[in-house]
Amino acid sequence: MTLSLKTPSAAALQNPPGARSRKSFHQRRTIINYLLLAPALLLSVVVVVVPGVLTAVASFTDWDGLGFSANFVGMSNFTDIFADPTFFTALGNNIKWVLLFLTIPVALGLLTASLLLRRKRTRTLYQVIYLMPYVLAPVVNAMVWLSIIYNPHGGVVGYLRDRGIGIEPPLANLDMSIFAVAGVDMWHYWGFLTVIYLGAMRQTPIEQVEAAMVEGANAFQIFRHVYLPNIRATLLLMGVMIVIFSFLAFDYVYLLTQGGPAHSSEVMGTYAYAFAFSSFQFGKAAAVGLIMSFFGLVASFIYTWLSRRDLTK
Amino acid sequence: MNIGSRTFSAIAGHIVLAIFALIALVPLVLVGINSIKDSADVTKDPLSLPTGFNVQNFIDAWSYGNFGLGFFNSLVLTATTVAIVLVLSSLAGYVLAGKKVRTWPLIMVYFTMAMTVPIQLFLFPLYSGFAQLGLLDNVPAVGVVLAAINMPFGVFMMRTFFLNVPAELEEAAFVDGVNTFQLIRHILFPVVRPGLITVGVIVGLNAWNEFLITSTFLQNSDTKTLTLGFLSMNGTFSTDLGVMMAGAMILIIPVLIVFIALQRYVVDGLASGSVKG
Repeated sequence: MTLSLKTPSAAALQNPPGARSRKSFHQRRTIINYLLLAPALLLSVVVVVVPGVLTAVASFTDWDGLGFSANFVGMSNFTDIFADPTFFTALGNNIKWVLLFLTIPVALGLLTASLLLRRKRTRTLYQVIYLMPYVLAPVVNAMVWLSIIYNPHGGVVGYLRDRGIGIEPPLANLDMSIFAVAGVDMWHYWGFLTVIYLGAMRQTPIEQVEAAMVEGANAFQIFRHVYLPNIRATLLLMGVMIVIFSFLAFDYVYLLTQGGPAHSSEVMGTYAYAFAFSSFQFGKAAAVGLIMSFFGLVASFIYTWLSRRDLTK
Repeated sequence: MNIGSRTFSAIAGHIVLAIFALIALVPLVLVGINSIKDSADVTKDPLSLPTGFNVQNFIDAWSYGNFGLGFFNSLVLTATTVAIVLVLSSLAGYVLAGKKVRTWPLIMVYFTMAMTVPIQLFLFPLYSGFAQLGLLDNVPAVGVVLAAINMPFGVFMMRTFFLNVPAELEEAAFVDGVNTFQLIRHILFPVVRPGLITVGVIVGLNAWNEFLITSTFLQNSDTKTLTLGFLSMNGTFSTDLGVMMAGAMILIIPVLIVFIALQRYVVDGLASGSVKG
């Protein structure tokens, strides 16, 4: 603090003394600082904000995405979408996605993280193994599951069927497809939560843990009453992140089923994509994109609000 | 009694951890063993151990997936994205960490929102704009888009690392009459180098693995990335599982090598990234 107070006088020693030069020194520094910020901000604005605003405009038009010509069609894109049962299948699947991801990967992440807390030697090894599916490309993971596990002709499912265990190919089943797809995405994702939760748990003050041990608390009680309250903020933030990304789910659905069979695994991401790139109804695609963003944005506001303390540290 | 139950719970804990390690690894092990088997053997029994080593699977996968070109395009894409993110996010992270502009909380909020915005909110007009400008199938241009998408993460990470730079260091440099760029190059850069590696490897993996933007913008067979080349094998080779698995192996191995070599940075980066927003 004292050092930072010295700076202007130090600068003044080099420049001619006086209030005016000190002010211009600060003005010059402000301009330099904005110049340093500008490229990152500008790139983000050009790629994300400008097309984002155009999406909002396009959602009220019949734009085909090919040129600049489009007619204003009012709310008809939205009324068409809300009259389409596939949209509600997609919305329902996104909600299933949220519920699945908020329970299974979170539970696995918490369980494995709490078990790893006291294993100093094997901790790194387990984290690396758990993260392996997370660092691989969705294309690779999806193709692996598609061809060697879910495949009824040569995959594990086919192997079981050949030996009389009559399970249906999960990706071809109307009731199972969304869960089969979510299963692959969760398999790839949960290890990430292990790492996050473990990182947060390790911030817990050791005195609290020792105090609980002295009082004779067992492992579960320590987890429940010491670690869990300490990682509350992380749990909450990751929960909001999961909600956001569940409404944006795309890769695994598109790669494994393209939303099929008969739209049974459709999510809003694939539903919007099909409008744009299968039928060139960019206006409708934009409308779905806007609806998706609405759900994401609500969660995003919550996320920004929750992390405000971290942001303004 | 007490010691006995503690040993028991330790063993039970190890078993649980090992089971989850198996869950993570089994699909990858299946890829490994089936990549060196004849396709007929894979179809007959995907769980059997290989009896020989079928190198032909790898040769076929390499040529049909166009992996030589795929590696080159993926490298160009990833290098473009990583270079842009590293330079721009360091500059922004430096200014934001020092609270050097009055509007810094606003900019932080902006980047938080930008990080969580769905790609579908800006994909369609962006695609159309790229088509108008003739930038579709331009790998470096797509790298710029991925850089913009990864920028918020980079800015937050670099800001966190710049927060660890003692203010005294910078003050002392200014007293010595060092300009901003000399300051970054000679004083700040060495301190935040671990941050640069962390951001580089995580953003690099993101770009290398990306699907939605690359598959939409890179349609030409000359501009396909490694993952898209592998994906294009799916139709023709979905019955030739040995070749498919060899292709998957070629994609998995380099990523796992990089990940294991730099795991400390990835794990720390992921863990701190979420805690710090």
